[in-house]
Amino acid sequence: MTKGLKIIFAAASFALAGSAFAETLAPDDVEIVDMEVTASLTGKPGDATIGRETFADRKKGNCLACHVNADLSDQLFHGEVGPPLDGVGDRWTAQELRAIVIDSKEVFGEQTIMPGFYTMNVGINVAEKHKGQTILSAQDVEDVVAYLTTLSE
Amino acid sequence: MSSAALAGGPVDEKLVIDDELEIITRTAAPEGHPLDEVISGWHYRTEETRALEADSFQNPGMLYVERGEEIWNTVEGDAGKSCASCHGDGEEFLKGIGANYPKWNADANKPFNLELQVDQCREENMQAKPYKFDAADQKALVTYIKHQSIGMPVEIDLSQGEMQEWWKKGEETYYTRTGQLNLACATCHEDYNGNYIRADHLSQGNVNGFPTYRLKQSAMVSLHNRFRGCIRDTRAEFPAAFSDELMALEVYVTWRGTGLSVETPAVRQ
Ligand code: HEC
Ligand code: HEC
Ligand code: HEC
Repeated sequence: MTKGLKIIFAAASFALAGSAFAETLAPDDVEIVDMEVTASLTGKPGDATIGRETFADRKKGNCLACHVNADLSDQLFHGEVGPPLDGVGDRWTAQELRAIVIDSKEVFGEQTIMPGFYTMNVGINVAEKHKGQTILSAQDVEDVVAYLTTLSE
Repeated sequence: MSSAALAGGPVDEKLVIDDELEIITRTAAPEGHPLDEVISGWHYRTEETRALEADSFQNPGMLYVERGEEIWNTVEGDAGKSCASCHGDGEEFLKGIGANYPKWNADANKPFNLELQVDQCREENMQAKPYKFDAADQKALVTYIKHQSIGMPVEIDLSQGEMQEWWKKGEETYYTRTGQLNLACATCHEDYNGNYIRADHLSQGNVNGFPTYRLKQSAMVSLHNRFRGCIRDTRAEFPAAFSDELMALEVYVTWRGTGLSVETPAVRQ
């Protein structure tokens, strides 16, 4: 697709968010403004139940590597590198949580250990099989964000 | 439950092997080090794992030391020589040598670790083939050599040749973020040592125990294997063993553990 067309489509998907014409936003087209990403990356709402699985899945979010989360206390070994995520839905809005998951460096600063899950701003020498890929898909991000918003105390 | 597993920081214990050999597992950092204190990975392991290292009859790595001694005395190669033919008794000749590696090698114009030194002796002095990376005998022989310095503090000589430049290059690598996960050695081992990352208790990533016996793999693990594993875990391509990049990293990371005792064979999970 040419760049011009892509922009038109992106604009269309923004205008028609939620409709059948919605197009997924590519990582480089995501805009994080004031620590927020306002609209769904896919134009569709996330599924919190799937998001809970994606969150725990070692091959996907692997969020438990670094975060304690009481809602998943049936899973062993929660890391302690990041803050516990209990009640995180009370502390941040969905728009902020989306920005954190997409590229935490835009929110916490360059030095954070937390990977960006939907960004091309990555380290050097990315392994061949991960080149050009994001850790999570756009829909995965939406599902995880939907799940995070359910974590309230 | 999960939260019971959380326990920040190194344990406050002393490592004394066989109730007689005191191991320096904590010491003041050398000048210019980003941390105040350097701490051995032993402090971050479980009680059971720590106990295995404190008892040389229980330490599975000691079998590799025995195997290494056999190799030391075995003739190999067209020159019809063993290591002992030239160097004599290993326990005598090797005492202290492993604590000072990597070392500048003027002929090769680069730092040599023990693996490279062994290969040079095999090729030039024994007319034998160099070891393939991580060959069982390479690990056993290096474990044996390193073990002859057990308890002695690690100290490398950065004044020789171009060691400073290699140190600098290693430092750059240590702070460079790699892979899709975008992490540097420093992100995990400097910023977050003492924390659990999933089930792994992060240490400072010191090298004084290498080659180490890993319970997970039931085998000795060489240093360059460990380096490559950590780099791979960031979802990055990893450099070849003994490449300039990993040799520079070895120089730098060894320096970061200056003053810790050699622990080889250390036991890790
Ligand atoms: C390698 C470690 C690591 C991983 C993996 C990780 N995080 Fe984080 N996260 C952190 C750290 C550390 C912070 C705190 C900010 C800082 O210090 O940089 C943080 C902060 C957060 C916050 C803000 C919490 C608050 O209370 O302020 C959220 C939300 C979050 N992470 C969600 C996630 C989700 C969702 C995933 C998985 C998709 C994830 N994290 C994976 C390390 C990690
Ligand atoms: C024919 C003689 C000969 C044989 C056989 C030999 N070496 Fe050497 N080795 C030397 C010489 C000479 C040096 C010092 C100069 C050099 O770097 O080659 C040396 C250096 C070393 C050093 C470095 C010592 C230091 O102070 O840094 C180590 C370690 C070593 N050898 C181990 C071995 C091992 C292990 C074997 C068997 C696999 C072996 N050598 C076989 C002659 C030999
Ligand atoms: C994603 C986090 C992470 C990164 C990045 C990382 N490591 Fe590690 N490293 C670990 C874990 C987990 C262990 C096992 C627990 C421990 O000993 O710290 C480990 C262990 C080690 C050990 C063994 C320590 C011992 O006492 O046996 C060394 C040495 C080491 N790492 C060096 C490095 C170097 C050098 C780099 C950069 C090239 C690096 N690590 C990058 C997580 C990491």
